[in-house]
Amino acid sequence: MDPQTTTPALSADKLTKSFGAFVAVDGISFAIRHGECFGILGPNGAGKTTTVKMISAVSPPTSGRLNVLGLDPARDPRSLKAAIGVVPDENNLDIDLSVQANLEVYAGFFNFSRAQATAKSRDLLRFVELEDKAELDIDELSNGMKRRLLLARALLNDPRLLILDEPTAALDPSIRHQLWDKMRDLKTRGMTQILTTHYMDEAARMCDRLIIMNGGKIVENGEPLALIEKHGQPDLEGVFLKLTGRKLEE
Amino acid sequence: MNLLRSLATISPRGVLKMWERDRRAFRKVFWVSMVPTFFGPLILMLSLGTGVGTLVSSVQGLTYQQFIAPGLLASSAMLGATYSCTYDCFVRLKYQKVYDAILATPLNIEEIVTGELFWGATRGLLGAGAFLLVITAFGLAKSPLALATLPLLFIVGLMFAVLGMTFTALISDVSLFTHYFTMFVTPLFLFSGIFFPVQNLPSWAAGLIEATPLLHCVRATRCLLNSQVTGQFWWDILYVLAVTLIFFMASIYLMRRRIVK
Repeated sequence: MDPQTTTPALSADKLTKSFGAFVAVDGISFAIRHGECFGILGPNGAGKTTTVKMISAVSPPTSGRLNVLGLDPARDPRSLKAAIGVVPDENNLDIDLSVQANLEVYAGFFNFSRAQATAKSRDLLRFVELEDKAELDIDELSNGMKRRLLLARALLNDPRLLILDEPTAALDPSIRHQLWDKMRDLKTRGMTQILTTHYMDEAARMCDRLIIMNGGKIVENGEPLALIEKHGQPDLEGVFLKLTGRKLEE
Repeated sequence: MNLLRSLATISPRGVLKMWERDRRAFRKVFWVSMVPTFFGPLILMLSLGTGVGTLVSSVQGLTYQQFIAPGLLASSAMLGATYSCTYDCFVRLKYQKVYDAILATPLNIEEIVTGELFWGATRGLLGAGAFLLVITAFGLAKSPLALATLPLLFIVGLMFAVLGMTFTALISDVSLFTHYFTMFVTPLFLFSGIFFPVQNLPSWAAGLIEATPLLHCVRATRCLLNSQVTGQFWWDILYVLAVTLIFFMASIYLMRRRIVK
């Protein structure tokens, strides 16, 4: 059998991160299959972003084991970062560079030659429908366009794993739909995705499986529909409320 | 030991890519950045050089304009590198989150910081290089040794880049740069032998200034522009290199501690 289908794309074992006395992520274990969209849900402060930072080799775990695409992020951050893409939870586009230069310069960080960088940037601008905005400044883009450019930037290195951290936070419904379409498109191409969100409708729509985090721990995991059924709730929002006694979007 | 391990992860290619980012971004702010580094020293040379020059017949055997030109040249490299590695880097670090974005790529924080430092030195050299052309046009740089000021000015820029970056890594609010400029950069500018010989000050003050960084840059630049390379020149170079190395390590250590949590 193809090892890709038997070993998970990602496995976390008792993964923990503390900052001094504060435990942000408290011994969580989970595994992600190749090609699935995996949701990490929870309210602000649940430990979602900290988990994502450990996975993307930005923040070293305090303890526990983490294997991402066969690599240990803490030991081999450079190879890992070359294989994944991250859409951050805040706009950190480079406002000193034009739209296309944002992609070209970042392609350079992945060791593209100049010609490759330009060709790849053009392709991706087309994919996110910003090809006619290539020469604009970042300030001239709408919020939705900025998110699409962040997505394009995360795709420069053809990542095998795409991490989307609150990708549609504070976006209009129609723009959220645009972004979801792009995510589905990428998924049909076999790209594994991790989606953190506190929008339950987004999680129900996009995720094959998910974990719900609260206070740094996993309080539930499974397929969205199965969870709704199991807890006898009308939707995921109800599931979360029942499990934690907290509303998600507070 | 951790610092050595951290320094060992720096790849020249990563540093170059970061430098390249800064070079591309610089097009947008070229003229703005030339104001303090090129026009500032130029205005001082024209006003003080001609104005005070009429009151002063000679300083250490040089006309007043000849005396102040090398120091202004060194200060131009200082200012370009300092602006680059203080305000500019702090904005990228804290407000634009550019470093967070780049950390999602194979580059690490050591390469980002080192690239910024070399860019700071490059910015210092750009302004100072333009100023050197003006000095030459004024007939104030007759010796071919004046060309050797270019690598020197790059190192001067690098030293003030690492000093600025160290301060940047430590502060939490952009307004604190006012302290850096008012309490450090401006006094250096005024008391480092650019406008009058340090020996004119009380001996305790001259001794104190000997420990500060700009004096050595001013003296070394003056040596080269006037073809007078002495033993002191090599002491000045050694001082600049040592301070650069120490604060390079400090800036890398502090930036890693600040960003990687």
